[in-house]
Amino acid sequence: MTVRVGIVLFPGSNRDIDAVNGLTVAGAVPQILWHEDVDLSGVSGILLPGGFAYGDYLRAGVIARFSPVMRAVAEFAARGGPVLGICNGFQVLAEAGLVPGALLRNRGLRFVCREVALMPERLDTPFTREIGERRPLRMPVAHGEGCYYADDETLDALERDGQVLWRYTAADGSVALPDDPGNPNGSLRGIAGVANAAGNVAGLMPHPETAVEALIGSADGLGIIRSLVVSAEEWAASGAITGTRAPATAGAAS
Amino acid sequence: MTATATPREVPLHRALGLEDVELDAIRGKLGREPNGLELAMFSVMWSEHCSYKSSRPLLRTLPTTGKDVVAGVGEQAGVIAIGDGLAVAFKIESHNHPSAVEPYQGAATGVGGILRDIFAMGARPIAVLDALRFGDPSDARTRHLVDGVVRGVGGYGNCVGVPTVGGELVFDPSYQGNPLVNVMAIGLLEDGMLTHASGDGPGNLVVLYGSATGRDGIGGASVLASATFGDQDPSKRPSVQVGDPFAEKLLIEATLELIAKGLVVSIQDLGAAGITCATSETADRGGTGMLVDLDAIPRREPGMEPFEVMISESQERMVAIVEPGRWDAVRAVCERWDLPVAVIGRVTEEPDIVVLTAPDGSGALDADGVPVPGAVELARIPARALASEAIVFQRESRAPSRRRAAPAPGASVEPADTLPGRGQDPGAVLTALLGSANLSSRRQVYEQYDSNVQSNTVAGPGRGAAMLRIKGTTKALVATTDANAPIGQHDPWLGAAMSVAEASRNVSITGARPLAVTNCLNFGDPTRPEAFWQLAEAVRGLADACVALGLPVTGGNVSLYNEAPGSAIAPTPEIGVVGLLDDVSTRVGPAFRAPDNAILLVGETKAGLAGSEYERLAGAAPEDGPPPLDLEREVAVQAFIREAIARGLVESCQDVSGGGLAVAVAEMCIWGDTGATLRVGVGDSPAVALFGESPSRLVVEVVPRHVPAFELLARHHGLPVHALGTTGGPRLVVELAGDGATGAAEERGSRIADALEVPVTDLRHAWDHGLPRALGWEGDGAADHAAEAALPGSEVAD
Repeated sequence: MTVRVGIVLFPGSNRDIDAVNGLTVAGAVPQILWHEDVDLSGVSGILLPGGFAYGDYLRAGVIARFSPVMRAVAEFAARGGPVLGICNGFQVLAEAGLVPGALLRNRGLRFVCREVALMPERLDTPFTREIGERRPLRMPVAHGEGCYYADDETLDALERDGQVLWRYTAADGSVALPDDPGNPNGSLRGIAGVANAAGNVAGLMPHPETAVEALIGSADGLGIIRSLVVSAEEWAASGAITGTRAPATAGAAS
Repeated sequence: MTATATPREVPLHRALGLEDVELDAIRGKLGREPNGLELAMFSVMWSEHCSYKSSRPLLRTLPTTGKDVVAGVGEQAGVIAIGDGLAVAFKIESHNHPSAVEPYQGAATGVGGILRDIFAMGARPIAVLDALRFGDPSDARTRHLVDGVVRGVGGYGNCVGVPTVGGELVFDPSYQGNPLVNVMAIGLLEDGMLTHASGDGPGNLVVLYGSATGRDGIGGASVLASATFGDQDPSKRPSVQVGDPFAEKLLIEATLELIAKGLVVSIQDLGAAGITCATSETADRGGTGMLVDLDAIPRREPGMEPFEVMISESQERMVAIVEPGRWDAVRAVCERWDLPVAVIGRVTEEPDIVVLTAPDGSGALDADGVPVPGAVELARIPARALASEAIVFQRESRAPSRRRAAPAPGASVEPADTLPGRGQDPGAVLTALLGSANLSSRRQVYEQYDSNVQSNTVAGPGRGAAMLRIKGTTKALVATTDANAPIGQHDPWLGAAMSVAEASRNVSITGARPLAVTNCLNFGDPTRPEAFWQLAEAVRGLADACVALGLPVTGGNVSLYNEAPGSAIAPTPEIGVVGLLDDVSTRVGPAFRAPDNAILLVGETKAGLAGSEYERLAGAAPEDGPPPLDLEREVAVQAFIREAIARGLVESCQDVSGGGLAVAVAEMCIWGDTGATLRVGVGDSPAVALFGESPSRLVVEVVPRHVPAFELLARHHGLPVHALGTTGGPRLVVELAGDGATGAAEERGSRIADALEVPVTDLRHAWDHGLPRALGWEGDGAADHAAEAALPGSEVAD
């Protein structure tokens, strides 16, 4: 049986089409979750897609976090279910406190759409387990507020606890620090994506769901989407996911 | 009508931009004096923008039919069937004047407006291309306009989730006071979704949904789009609409849901002339009329005058014609998407647009659409008088007495076309061209646009035509825009014909079959005979080229009065072409793919440097003219390359256009990250051979074993093929051979006149840094973060 993965649809979400395509290619059955839904029964994993939820006029994700569906998502996460936020979905998770850190305006103060190279830090997490080998993954970014920020103690803790899942990579394969052209938005320590303390909730700015077919530029993102699907299958079967700690409670992220 | 009283005491109709003869015509249509509201409605509907009153007689001469044309001219967008139960809707439109007044909102609402034309037809928008033209890039105001327009296009397109996959960014002095912002949108629809804006069925409801109506964009069509500028006039700023891409995104989803559920008879978007336009055009197409209940229209602010409500160009609004029994379902869909929705009127047998209000403003129509007792009739105008029977002018056309500036007294008549004899190093010229404002990489601009949302983008901006795969099929759509204004400056017929030729050529060289043309005619004041002559000649060129290439024109728009004090724009017929590739796996790109492949030139190089980028850089002889266009040859070249690609004979292909052969090859080297060694016969004019832009030529990369078959196929199509050289190595080397060469050669005492030899890394550096340098963006965050770093683990694209 194929697992159902929910795609949260806020008014203004616009990468839902990409999410549906990415999950389908990865072998899951995508199920749209309306922002007013509170019943997530039937889905074993959740993907928060990119876009401009509620227009993002105030600040990315700041209104979406209050929507009814986000209460259900927080509850789903607290039970240990796998949740992946991409781009705007990452911003929403950060605003909701489900993953640590914040996303500031790009260092260049302009929207940036470009292919980047993403290095997975670990291959043993619910969102990287299917990547296979540790190599730079090519996929697009497309955002105006993607500069990852947290204070030094938080960043040190994230690195110590293995919560940094992906970093932008420079041409020479090293970490793309804020000044490096390989870092599209000035993210601190080149961080492109992080997980919560429990490890079952993660977010990243680049778009693995749009990089699942060579025809449209790259298939390097498929490993990340496949990881979400496999983790959802595992959670559906056993109620737990390899590589995660005791179920988190919302807010425990930071 | 106090709100239209102007400081100058002029008659109302003139204050509204209507000529005296138009007032007389209005009296004739009504058989009485119009009141103020009626005048305001006529003024926007009879504006050049809405009525095409100057251009309509010309546009009738365009070819508009084709076997796959499902909807064409007169509809909100053209629609072409592409098989698999699918069709493609597309159209290009201008938003020049609003962008000149307020670049961000002008460009943003330009995107919003053209997108509404697409999804109003029942199509989901899948791509946007933006064709932008500005004046001197080093000028402070130009930089302000470029920055605002680019942010506006991105700010709107990125938010609504429609990828911006291509377009143009061109700098020319003629646009200094009057930039051009033309936006093309493409949508995909399934059979059965096609929806026409026709107000059928008397008794049906007129439903307005989307944003509330405010004072923004009052008279935009008449005030902005249909008059020349004085120095930037702040009093025009209220005429610029304000865009809300979030509302547009909801409008897209709600509209497609309404159509998919079969809840609406017809849909039209509200753009220029607002409710007046949507109601009168919809009614006119249906041969009906409408009762419009002014009181029922949701307002953004209190105290609006009736004329303000009727002509407001507030954005993100749609009008639907709905059968009474479906109203509840329609309302439910709109409310689910948090969109205000209201019944604002009824379709009537009587073919008039009648605007009503109740004395207490509480609603002029009862539940059955019958005017309530005491309802006041504010306006009554036959729908067709506002729409299909709007006034038409036969403008005077006169060819300019002097086509080109005469050489200055004592100026050299020696052609500038003597490179390298006149001491120009061809390598330096090539590098300068690659780094020029018009030929350098546009990346720092298009990286501000989301170009891959929706997961269809096979080829995005930056390398010729854009390509979008069609999910669930093997097919792909290919789209491009082009306008050759410098040639049009010399000869409007040639400029228009060349624009169609190049746009369709850029589609054909991917392997795709061009389907149809949409056009945006940007010209000057049609009441100036010489400006109208330019328009008439360009339309003739457009028609001739489309007939020759078998391309129907399925729609577009006309933007006149593109003049500022002391300058009219170069005649700029912006051409959009959409093509279909049946098997996306056969696609060909413009980047060299491998070393040791043959490089061939298809077609013949013709003299004529006028209008070229080389002329812009180095000048041309005063008596020099633009290169000729042979439409039969163009047709043969495109048919040939499509067949060669279908037979798998082509590795990569690029047409020769801006910057000529040398720039075409240099780009293929840069994109393919490989060098090439060529030998080019330069005859007696090296500049023409290397940098001339004569049309109907292709540079093609072919694997050695396919060269004989390729050359044979070319002969079958009656086309000359010249072997230029081979791919490979770290630099581009071009040996110049021939008469012109030997002349210079003797001076140098070498057998080869002059060799162009530049490392590909230098070519790339020049190409990559030209635009930020021209715009003063170097040191800007975007530029800093945009260096083209070869990504680790990345293969050569295409």
